[in-house]
Amino acid sequence: MTVFSFLFYLFAALAVVSALGMVMNLRNTVAAALSLVVTMISLAAIYVLMEAHLVAAIQIMVYAGAIVVLFLFVVMLLNLRQDTFAPGRQWLVKSAGALAGLLVGAQLVRLLSSPLPELPVLPEGFGGYRMLGISLYTDYVLLVEMASLLLLAAIVGALILAKRKID
Amino acid sequence: MPIEELIKTAVILGVVVLALAPVITWIERKQSAVMQDRIGANRADIAGITVLGLLHPLADVIKLFAKEDFVPQGANRVMHTIAPLIAAMPAIVSYGVIPFGGVYYFGDYRLSLAVADPDWGILYIFAIASIATYGTVLGGWSSNNNWSLLGAMRASAQMISYEVTMGLSLVGIFMVFQTLSLVTMGLEQDTTMRVFGFVERLLGFPVPAFLDWVRIPAWGIFYQPLGFVMFLACIMAENKRPPFDLPEAESELIAGFFMEYSGMRFGLFYMSEFIQVVVIAGLMTALFLGGWAIPYLDTDTIIGGVGSFFGTGFATGLCILLHFGTFMVKVVMMIWLQMALRWTLPRFRYDQVMDLCWKIILPLSIANILVTGAVMLMVRS
Repeated sequence: MTVFSFLFYLFAALAVVSALGMVMNLRNTVAAALSLVVTMISLAAIYVLMEAHLVAAIQIMVYAGAIVVLFLFVVMLLNLRQDTFAPGRQWLVKSAGALAGLLVGAQLVRLLSSPLPELPVLPEGFGGYRMLGISLYTDYVLLVEMASLLLLAAIVGALILAKRKID
Repeated sequence: MPIEELIKTAVILGVVVLALAPVITWIERKQSAVMQDRIGANRADIAGITVLGLLHPLADVIKLFAKEDFVPQGANRVMHTIAPLIAAMPAIVSYGVIPFGGVYYFGDYRLSLAVADPDWGILYIFAIASIATYGTVLGGWSSNNNWSLLGAMRASAQMISYEVTMGLSLVGIFMVFQTLSLVTMGLEQDTTMRVFGFVERLLGFPVPAFLDWVRIPAWGIFYQPLGFVMFLACIMAENKRPPFDLPEAESELIAGFFMEYSGMRFGLFYMSEFIQVVVIAGLMTALFLGGWAIPYLDTDTIIGGVGSFFGTGFATGLCILLHFGTFMVKVVMMIWLQMALRWTLPRFRYDQVMDLCWKIILPLSIANILVTGAVMLMVRS
């Protein structure tokens, strides 16, 4: 096994285990949030192995470093202690989990039964900030602008909601 | 080559973690003493020899190791244990991409004096730094103490806010140097620029030739003076040291997020701040103060000048030593500046910290990006 595939399987296993740790941990919300962080970091490591360096850095900066911190902030603000976070409708959660597991299993069987496709040859500078920036601001500029409009609307909406509470 | 990387890592760890960080704890106390007209840390001695009080870091370490490692009742034992590690690791690891010397050639062999030189170097530091928030937040949460929890909440809000402006205030410098790699930035700054060159480019009439001699080093701080000030403010706020020490504000929260820590676990929180002081100094040097570059004396001049008398190999070796020395001098200057700020400014109020971030630095950094882009378009067309 090469170093590359060893690292890939290591981080893939870590991502799956920590993701399971997040959804199956019903008693300690902070521990669940931390498992999510481990999942994010393992995914970032896999992105690095795939030469997508910018996406990896942003994965850690935005998801692991900012969004989950906000989750933690809310969890700490509500001061959820152990055992107070057991969902009432356990059977709903369990059947949803079973359905998702079934789908993932079917997909796995389908993927493993067919031969793996040939890996494409990556162009020079793939995944770097230059290539990504150029294609974002030329080919996909309309989508970027639409996303920024959406975010602006969200910010204005949040500001109005926050202001109304203070007044 | 793994051996080369190991040696470079050993140099970094030896200089930063083992040598500089403990000395800084002494500098902090001694400088505060000088600024407050006291004598300061000078009592620790071995057989009456005090060495200016330099034995204090040693005494501190012995004291911290000998103390009881206490976990408060009702605390989350696992998270209480790992929180200081999460706080300390990013500070040490982020030194991996800061160059402490340039790129040198021995025949065909290329020696770059940075442990790693990824194309996205500065993003790596931002990513690692954003993980450090968890050490603080978990330390405060897991202690089962309301003061600690308040400190952790303040820390999480403050660190997320300043991460945003920290990135934005650096965009100008990325635009100027057209790269995110700190090694390339160092090479770009190892030169000088004409002070009156912009007259020729912008206004269109030629500058008299004798004015070409008026040159300044092509350092980031001369391209982006506003970026320098904003980035220094943001990164000092990320480090949570005064005047931004709201998460541990002694007069309000006793000691904030690490109040329930003792012994070497407290020591890790304490040391990680000082290691980050060195990282901040190194980063500011690499980005804005020309890194390892000696002003008005670029690498080719040194190697060409000395090499014609003593051979190129000797000249390159001398150049490495000179550059490393220059880098360390600049780092020490930046550490001194941070210490002077720490003992000069009083602590902000919490709303002032947030206002500074979102109402002052954020708009200013966006304006800075706009102006930088406009000037670059005019100069380069």
